[in-house]
Amino acid sequence: MGMPNPDKLKKVEAEEYDTLVQQLKPKPAIFKNCVWAFTVGGLICVIAQLITNYLLVSGMSGTDASAFTSVIMIFLAAFFTGIGIYDELGKRAGAGSIVPITGFANAIVASAMEFKREGYIFGVGARIFTVAGPTLVFGFAVSVLIGLIKVFITS
Amino acid sequence: MPAKKKKGIQTVVFENPPVLTSWASIVGPKEGEGPWGGDFDWILEDYMFGEDTWEKAENKMLRETVKLALSKNNLEPDDAEILLAGDLLNQVISSNFAARELGMPFLGLYGACSTVAEALLTGAMLIDGGFCERIVAATCSHHHTAERQFRFPTEQGTQPTPSTQWTVTGAGAIVLEFLGVGPRITSATIGRVIDMKQNDMTDMGSAMAPAAADTIKAHFHDLDIPSDYYDLVVTGDLAKVGMAILERLLVREGLTPKPNYSDCGVLIFDESQGVNSGGSGCGCAACMLCGPLLKKMVKGEINKLLLVATGALMSPTASYQGETIPGIAHAVAIENY
Repeated sequence: MGMPNPDKLKKVEAEEYDTLVQQLKPKPAIFKNCVWAFTVGGLICVIAQLITNYLLVSGMSGTDASAFTSVIMIFLAAFFTGIGIYDELGKRAGAGSIVPITGFANAIVASAMEFKREGYIFGVGARIFTVAGPTLVFGFAVSVLIGLIKVFITS
Repeated sequence: MPAKKKKGIQTVVFENPPVLTSWASIVGPKEGEGPWGGDFDWILEDYMFGEDTWEKAENKMLRETVKLALSKNNLEPDDAEILLAGDLLNQVISSNFAARELGMPFLGLYGACSTVAEALLTGAMLIDGGFCERIVAATCSHHHTAERQFRFPTEQGTQPTPSTQWTVTGAGAIVLEFLGVGPRITSATIGRVIDMKQNDMTDMGSAMAPAAADTIKAHFHDLDIPSDYYDLVVTGDLAKVGMAILERLLVREGLTPKPNYSDCGVLIFDESQGVNSGGSGCGCAACMLCGPLLKKMVKGEINKLLLVATGALMSPTASYQGETIPGIAHAVAIENY
């Protein structure tokens, strides 16, 4: 029998430690968080639907009503981020307030507010998409891909 | 020449224990509302402290705390020989810029949230080593500067996990002298960097607990003292999650943590303050020491204190590159003579 491999021993030690950590670490309140996310996320959608319905009743076309609804929802999220309410909502609602378009607006406005102190060029300009950047990059990438697929299918 | 003040592997024992002659603490509004609000020298009304950025506010907190600690002894910044200070921000800017305004000879330190102990033990060695007679050890952290550097923009609606900690807005400064009246630093243990391969950026307690256990074990082993020697062993900012883990680890090492063990991150806030696991940051251990803990030592409610300040040596860049989070802890024994 040779000497035990020190790297292997370290790995076992780290694994044992992780087991202890997982035992003692409190688990997130998944059920409560889900209820919050469902309720808040649902409410945001209901508000958007009410706005759409109102616009449709006012005689707007379906496409225009959707676009205007998005604009209004983005404005509302930006506004509530600005007055410091959206982050409080996000603490409880989690995905419920992150996933809708309002969450995207919140990520951009929060970054803009945060980095304003470093100036408009190196602060706001350079870092406004710090958080939202990945969504944009991969969103654009996927849209191009889908566009190409469409070209191939239709031609 | 042999190192005659060294004992065991990583502990130093002071021949003429340096004296903590005065100290001061400044905390933010949330810390002021916590259970120890009455024990801090100065509670800020807001997070800006009259400045136009949070970083400038943090710098001012450190500067004012150093001045306040010195002024309690009727001293000016010029009267101290060295300022030993550090903070959490990149390039330790709060300390560097505070030192610029204070005009004191300055050594900048980085030990993440373990900085208060690192500064105290370095200072104590400088004094007992005969290099200087009076130094100031100081550190600070600010909730919002740490959030934006390590996590997300503050107005972003992210959901914290139960292991998330709240970075303390606070600063602490201690005047350490060769001569004077006050509690003394009798020994100190320099910690090793310990990495147990934890990589959850929302859980610093689990990353730091093994380092705290390693240092505490080394301290008791090097000095060969019983595990109930101290009236209180207090870790820096393990918070609830890390504290529970450390208690288990200590028992494994044959040390009994209860009833004389606690953690500044657990103590500093009340459960109802919405801080999840508890407090963190350089300011956490620093202002608990320079507020309630030293106050209790002066009153004689605590006579032997072991401060084990803990630091998660986390870097967002390294974490995104797949690195794990190493931890460090330094122990400083403060005793009434």
